[in-house]
Amino acid sequence: MTTFTTWDIVRNLLLATQWTILLSLVAFVGGGVAALLALLARTSQNRAARRLAVFYIELFQGTPLLMQLFLFFFGLSLVGVNVPPWLAAALALILWTGAFLAEIWRGCVEAIPRGQWEASSSLAMSYFEQMRHVVLPQALRIAVPPTVGFSVQVVKATALTSIIGFVELSKASTMITNATFQPFVVYGFAALIYFALCWPLSKSSQLLERKLNVAHRNH
Amino acid sequence: MSLIAITEVRKRFGTNEVLKGINLDVAAGEVIAIIGKSGSGKSTLLRCINGLETIDEGSIVVAGAQLAADEVHLRALRLKVGMIFQGFNLFPHLTAGRNVMLSPMVVKKVSAKEAEEEARVRLAQVGLDHKFDAYPDQLSGGQQQRVAIARALAMRPLALLCDEITSALDPELVNEVLQVVGKLAAEGMTLLMVTHEMRFAREVCDRVVFMHQGRVHEIGPPGDVFESPKTLELRQFFGMA
Repeated sequence: MTTFTTWDIVRNLLLATQWTILLSLVAFVGGGVAALLALLARTSQNRAARRLAVFYIELFQGTPLLMQLFLFFFGLSLVGVNVPPWLAAALALILWTGAFLAEIWRGCVEAIPRGQWEASSSLAMSYFEQMRHVVLPQALRIAVPPTVGFSVQVVKATALTSIIGFVELSKASTMITNATFQPFVVYGFAALIYFALCWPLSKSSQLLERKLNVAHRNH
Repeated sequence: MSLIAITEVRKRFGTNEVLKGINLDVAAGEVIAIIGKSGSGKSTLLRCINGLETIDEGSIVVAGAQLAADEVHLRALRLKVGMIFQGFNLFPHLTAGRNVMLSPMVVKKVSAKEAEEEARVRLAQVGLDHKFDAYPDQLSGGQQQRVAIARALAMRPLALLCDEITSALDPELVNEVLQVVGKLAAEGMTLLMVTHEMRFAREVCDRVVFMHQGRVHEIGPPGDVFESPKTLELRQFFGMA
């Protein structure tokens, strides 16, 4: 019987971690774009656009990510589209992330006092000019800490994609456990790696919050 | 011909009618104080003039620009009237200078260089040219309000609407803002101001409008309105009855 050294385990886990990181980045960046579109639709004057945005956000916030992954993976192959696990994982995570970020950002936009809208309206600015020059620059400042904080959720959510066979850190852990019969060691290292990814993120979210000093920017 | 023509304006919030048929013509260069109890509709009237509130009936025309709900009409109207608010509403992420420069650059497509020159002139006009690079939270309330005035002036409006612009200020800061407004009045700017500064209204304004329960209850030169109020309500408002 082959024996595995601890280094063998860690090395293989780290190889799989690349995919966890890549998937997280794809989900976060793609989700950011989806969220921005949903946010603009959600706050626009157009009723149909607002409804569509609300439907999207509630659908993806109101169902488990696991179901979304299953539906993208199995559902699409039922209608004849063959979706590889990485694509299903990326699509589901992008849309899931987008739905949450859209609501986080909407809260930030709505936190901008009404007086800012009124003052910029009185200066003859249009809706997009107000958004671009007055509201979003201020909302962005408020949005940074919760957005970075949410990225932790995204990293952890990638673990679910192991269920549809995408080989990232969690899936790799299961495979290595099946070969080594050392679940505690393998999952222990996997947990440490997740922690090493997430902890700096949540720490920087806290630092940014203090640095941008959102609630009390007055000196 | 009047610069601002307000004709039979009615405004309802739900079932509550807050403006019940307002008629008011303001000539170019006129300075008008609107006084009245809270809830008399004076702020609402001011906010209707530049379209921050919609009106249900009647019409408002400012120098040929008609108030209407669509963006094209609103923009044309708002290029003619500026507004200054009780709460200053400076953009906190921009310096004083940038606050003044923003709208000319964005709305009028003025170059950054021209906008900066204009901003320096306007800030000098309110006595704050040395605060060009200060952020709003580094300024006192009175200074912030003066920057807000400079910001409105940079759009070269034909008239300014002032909505209780000294009400949020500490007493010792009220005068520096009133001085700026007084100077504007002397230079011929058309001003409509909702105010509680009775002395200022008496000294600076051409006409005083007393609003009561959504109507123009009494109107006239400050001498008449302050010295010999005709109605019981106005006498009560002055605490004379």
